[in-house]
Amino acid sequence: MSMQTTVTIAGVTLQNPVMTASGTFGSGMEYADFVDLHRLGAVVTKGVADRPWAGNPTPRIAETTAGMLNAIGLQNPGIDVFLSRDLPFLQQYADTTRIIVNVCGHSIEEYLTVVERLSDAAVDLLEINVSCPNVREGGIAFGTDAGALHEITREVKRHAKQPIIMKLSPNVTSIAEMARAAEDAGADALSLINTITGMQIDIYRRTWTLANRTGGLSGPAIKPVAVRMVYEAAHAVQIPVIGMGGIACGEDAVEFLLAGATAVAVGAAHFHEPRASLQVIEGIEQYMQDQGVTDVRTLIGAAC
Amino acid sequence: MKQKVTATVRSQRMLAEGIMELVLETELAAEAHAGQFIGLYTADASRLLPRPISICAHTDRTLRLVYRIAGGGTAQFALYGPGMVMEVLGILGNGYPLAPAAGKRALLMGGGIGIPPLYQLACDLSTTAAEVTVILGYRDAQLFLAEDFRGIGGVRVEIATQDGSVGVPGTVLDAAGEEPSPDVIYACGPTPMLRAIQGWAAEREIPAWLSLEERMACGIGACLGCVCQTAEEDPHSHVRNARVCTEGPVFAASEVVL
Repeated sequence: MSMQTTVTIAGVTLQNPVMTASGTFGSGMEYADFVDLHRLGAVVTKGVADRPWAGNPTPRIAETTAGMLNAIGLQNPGIDVFLSRDLPFLQQYADTTRIIVNVCGHSIEEYLTVVERLSDAAVDLLEINVSCPNVREGGIAFGTDAGALHEITREVKRHAKQPIIMKLSPNVTSIAEMARAAEDAGADALSLINTITGMQIDIYRRTWTLANRTGGLSGPAIKPVAVRMVYEAAHAVQIPVIGMGGIACGEDAVEFLLAGATAVAVGAAHFHEPRASLQVIEGIEQYMQDQGVTDVRTLIGAAC
Repeated sequence: MKQKVTATVRSQRMLAEGIMELVLETELAAEAHAGQFIGLYTADASRLLPRPISICAHTDRTLRLVYRIAGGGTAQFALYGPGMVMEVLGILGNGYPLAPAAGKRALLMGGGIGIPPLYQLACDLSTTAAEVTVILGYRDAQLFLAEDFRGIGGVRVEIATQDGSVGVPGTVLDAAGEEPSPDVIYACGPTPMLRAIQGWAAEREIPAWLSLEERMACGIGACLGCVCQTAEEDPHSHVRNARVCTEGPVFAASEVVL
């Protein structure tokens, strides 16, 4: 059976619908021992800011039941290092694998600086992180208010050379409203969900396990929340939605596609299984073969 | 190259209350170096993250791990017996540099569950350093691994116990005060102990190598969960942070801010 696995997002064609979730895969280098990056639909990089960010104090990581909390605080080496070191590494795989750069900032100006620095770079798509729960200014401040989201989306769209994906926060009352605000402002696609704000207290030390007190919950525990939000967002807008949140295998990915996602991203699963992204690709193909699905696009939003 | 592989349990036994020794048979062992570690997975997928466990000793085909039962994940590890299989990510981290001790007097200080990685180091240094002294710090008289250290030819072993039941009462540094000054120090243990050793070594201008511990997720340098503060800008991160899993876990004492 010949299978069609390509999907298209804002005019950019991916060889398969599987990408890496920002922040879980570095800029690909660290996973190259485990994964042939040529096999991925796209690599989404760790968030890049206009200058190096030191991130939050440690502990930054806490395991939870079927998940984990993180409060990295968007540590990153900044756009200069990204352009001179990380992007050239990813370009070795650009014949097959799309490059999506996740952009972060404390203010609209900082986002725009990064977006402009990327304008001549060989980057396929930009993912605008307006949903990091671990950074006070910027980040989630833009992602939890529809007006602020509209404004930053409009500004980024005005300056960006590449199509833009707005990465949405689940920490909102109505994801449909946020999705529409981003679409109205010119977003080319949406990705969701970012992590869910959580907290863990060490009862023996009677203090927080994370130095930041709160962190973002990811992993299998959040998958039903993510599927529901992807469904609601995908049905609220016309632009493509990239679904993520607890995807660890092909079946999980198919669930997101059926909910309305055009593509999916693998995140915390990398920490449990460094080859998780490949296993998801193989799992989708296996499902297609078993179910007689010849074109993956027929699965998108097919739950009825 | 780092890999995730299936390893076979050769043996497991309790060395002291809550302290387990696990011997795994795996091809990863051939690449191991003193001070490196592995990520060990539970069979329960609801425990997402590998547990970083230091390598106590290695042969070409086996890894000897000594770990503390610290929570639900390590409690699961303790249930494994001979012939059972475990998923292992490795070999991780940089390990202790041996060259600084060549022909010199080395002092190794380990506290609690920081003791195990010093065993392989003591074995390796016993043939290359002029003198190797090991100070092992324990809470009480449960002296796990002490006999193993005593069995390494040419290595002198001193004990310090917090409750004063064996050896020098107090910390490893209380015991170190009674020793002639070394040329180089290697240490592993809880952060307060490492911080004290860092200051002690700096006052005496003795180079020291410290193995740090931090909560980790990926174990391979991607997630930036396990950083430590550094005195200077780190060449990888471009901030004053280094990844404990990748640039470490062993750092020159002068490089890190504890």
